[in-house]
Amino acid sequence: MEVGTPDMGHKRLQGKLRTKILELHYKANSGHIGCSLSCIDIMISILKFKEPGDTFILSKGHAATALYTMLNETGEIPDEAMETFYKNATTLPAHPAALKYAAIPFATGSLGHGLPLGAGIAKAYKLKSASWISYVLMSDGETNEGTTWEAGNFAVANKLDNLLVFIDKNGLQGFGNTVDIMGDTASAKVWEAVGFEVVEVDGHDIGSLLQTKRKLMENKNGKPKLIIANTVKGKGISYMENKLEWHYLPMTETQYNEALKKIETDYNL
Amino acid sequence: MRKHFSTYIEQIAEKEEDIAFITGDLGYNALENLASKMGGRFINAGVAEQNMIGIAAGMASQGYRVICYSIAPFVVYRCLEQIRNDVCFHNLPVYVVGNGGGYGYGIMGSSHHAIEDIACLSGLPNMRCFVPAFIEDMKVCLGEMFAHKSPAYFRLGLGKNIPGYLTLKSYGAATDENTMGALTIIAQCPVANNLVAALKEHKYKDHVELFVLNKMPLTALPEDITGSIMRTGKVLTIEEHISIGGLGSAIALLINENSLPVSKFVSLHAEGYPNGLYGSQSYHQHISGLDEENISRIINTYF
Repeated sequence: MEVGTPDMGHKRLQGKLRTKILELHYKANSGHIGCSLSCIDIMISILKFKEPGDTFILSKGHAATALYTMLNETGEIPDEAMETFYKNATTLPAHPAALKYAAIPFATGSLGHGLPLGAGIAKAYKLKSASWISYVLMSDGETNEGTTWEAGNFAVANKLDNLLVFIDKNGLQGFGNTVDIMGDTASAKVWEAVGFEVVEVDGHDIGSLLQTKRKLMENKNGKPKLIIANTVKGKGISYMENKLEWHYLPMTETQYNEALKKIETDYNL
Repeated sequence: MRKHFSTYIEQIAEKEEDIAFITGDLGYNALENLASKMGGRFINAGVAEQNMIGIAAGMASQGYRVICYSIAPFVVYRCLEQIRNDVCFHNLPVYVVGNGGGYGYGIMGSSHHAIEDIACLSGLPNMRCFVPAFIEDMKVCLGEMFAHKSPAYFRLGLGKNIPGYLTLKSYGAATDENTMGALTIIAQCPVANNLVAALKEHKYKDHVELFVLNKMPLTALPEDITGSIMRTGKVLTIEEHISIGGLGSAIALLINENSLPVSKFVSLHAEGYPNGLYGSQSYHQHISGLDEENISRIINTYF
């Protein structure tokens, strides 16, 4: 595994967005906290640095609070909308909705849709000779889905080297450890065998994610790109880390306050 | 219809560069012209229909109008969630074209039939289903499909030329208003050709007002049909589709919603596989009572 140099410059942002994610979930009394905390750093590395023509699809739609928080940070979702998260008459339900924000091109929530969509976008860019990047962020559990492999093969056959996929490999899925359920379908070996160019990185190290992304995209070799981002579910909150239940549970007041303190200390807020 | 379909696509794709065509590995002896003329915009996405719809939605989000082509059941049932979530929720111009439809693939068996396709698709948001019966209205439907950048399903059956006594209408085709009209018949899809055959020498032919509808969902009755039902008070619907979610059930609902006085209503529709046996398209039509003879017999019961 390649581990990049820790980048202290993004630490405050990583902490700030974690705090916002926790606040959204606490106010809404909602779950899906762990899976948002595992991928927020990947999302920073993509959305803070993408070009206007690039597209990003959050295939693991259950990490919507990470997406909303990130897009609020970039100014693409207004503060007033954030106040309505999870409430009636909101544009921000627990999984992203269709046709609400330009930065959310597709409603997701059912797994296995993002890679076909992202591959289709990459194919369209190729047909138009556009030099943009189609980004897709998937979960490791999502590599159970047959459509993920259909799209992977399509991307290879169509030489979509403008497709950059991230797998948020936190090792847990709905009801157990990913490797125990369908085997390690998110392994580098498997994806390399399909024909992807694959790099494994620490998915919480933004410097490393950025460096890997840059290097991969410079390589116009006809191969679609995959970054397997090794992550920790619930990253940053010790009592949540690597715990299946934090896919589902909301926080109590005590847990919320403890989480906030932990983030404040560890991320130098 | 398939030949006319591919010629139409070839012509429109030559003029309009935003049209792309994806096949789910189908097209032998039918789509070679498109493969050679459309260049990179003709894509074989392999035997992976769910992905094909996702790819199409992705491309459509970048400005393409994308046709997805396969045998009707494969491109409808297997990828229903992709059609709903990826295409319809986002109101994208992905045109799902199902070859066959109904019992069109006959002896190929039930895996190749699509007799619930309209029920599955016509209730999805933004979806327009085109079910032409004749070569002439197929061309009109294709024009309409491409004219709007929104989702569509096109059931491509084995249509014949439209009979001389029918006139093309915005909703399909119809006979002229008939002062002797005693029965309103509303048909859909190429099974309408069996009705045309049944009426050819029928003693009550001049007492029938015939409508062929080529679009679903049917959210309102065309005025012509309302007028006809008011005159005749008797309705027969004919479709190569199950009764649930099809033409007959839609007409029945609209008749009731509009409080139209109807003394007799019969729906002829696909019955599935009631005897558990298989055969040609004509065989299955016969088993469902959609054949010329039975249609003729049912018409007699109205007089």
